[in-house]
Amino acid sequence: MSEVIALHPGVEPAESPLTPESWGKLGMWIFLAADAMSFGALLSGYGALRFGSGDWPVPSHVLGVGLTAFMTFLLISSSVTMVLALAAIQRGDMTGLRKFLALTVLGGLMFLGMQAYEWTHLIERGLTLSGNPFGAALFGTTFFIITGFHGAHVTGGVVYLSCYLIRSLLGRLKPDHANQIEIAALYWHFVDLVWILVFTFVYLL
Amino acid sequence: MAETHKQPNYIGVFWWLLILTVVEVAVIFMPMARFLIAILLVGLALSKAFLVAMYFMHLKFERTTLGLIAVTPLLLCVLLVFALLPDHSATPHLTGASPATAAAPSSQ
Repeated sequence: MSEVIALHPGVEPAESPLTPESWGKLGMWIFLAADAMSFGALLSGYGALRFGSGDWPVPSHVLGVGLTAFMTFLLISSSVTMVLALAAIQRGDMTGLRKFLALTVLGGLMFLGMQAYEWTHLIERGLTLSGNPFGAALFGTTFFIITGFHGAHVTGGVVYLSCYLIRSLLGRLKPDHANQIEIAALYWHFVDLVWILVFTFVYLL
Repeated sequence: MAETHKQPNYIGVFWWLLILTVVEVAVIFMPMARFLIAILLVGLALSKAFLVAMYFMHLKFERTTLGLIAVTPLLLCVLLVFALLPDHSATPHLTGASPATAAAPSSQ
């Protein structure tokens, strides 16, 4: 025991065991795994409520699948601009980084705008957190909670990426900050990945 | 260390995601059994999630142990779905009998 302590004095290992680039990246992955469980719990709960209910409406009859398919396209596109932003900073191209980061933020903002439009229309037609003229009231509850929780994640992502966009516009972001952009990109792709699942389970299935 | 892997074809992944999305939307309008549509949709959604994780999140180029962290929530969610199954079958809507009529014969 004393030998072990002697061999390893109170110094932390310099390199993260799973992600050699940085500890922050490992931290983000662990956070995302935990966050995935939040969505997993919401979607499993959705399944239990739906199959336990007799008058659950067919989602595509109530919700606008065309609009949300376009929203899916938007998020996928913003994921592509995000990987291009990361590729740009990794080769030291700060103009490319600003361009693609701005496009990613724009994609996120458009997504949120369309979600606000969708919600407004559904609320006008009577679908609320506690009421649904098309069948089971829990349809409205689960719809707004799941899409709202995801929308909050998109909002967080837009703020997160905007901070880096502002920093790069002020010239405070250097090519050696690529790892920070990579960590932010992980979060953004996760939000895209979750939307793919939400779109399938809440809108299509 | 950070820049050892070759960049994947991001635009190619984008086209795949787009095609799979179009197929998903088309599937719900196909004249097929409901469970078949459900299986197809879950398969398509998981393929898309897999593409995003592997290429956009670079999981393909990371150490395997990191992949285990990423897969853990998926396994836990599958467990959670099975844990919730008794709740589905316990609900009276599925059997068509209300709790009152179901309880009546046993009391006599």
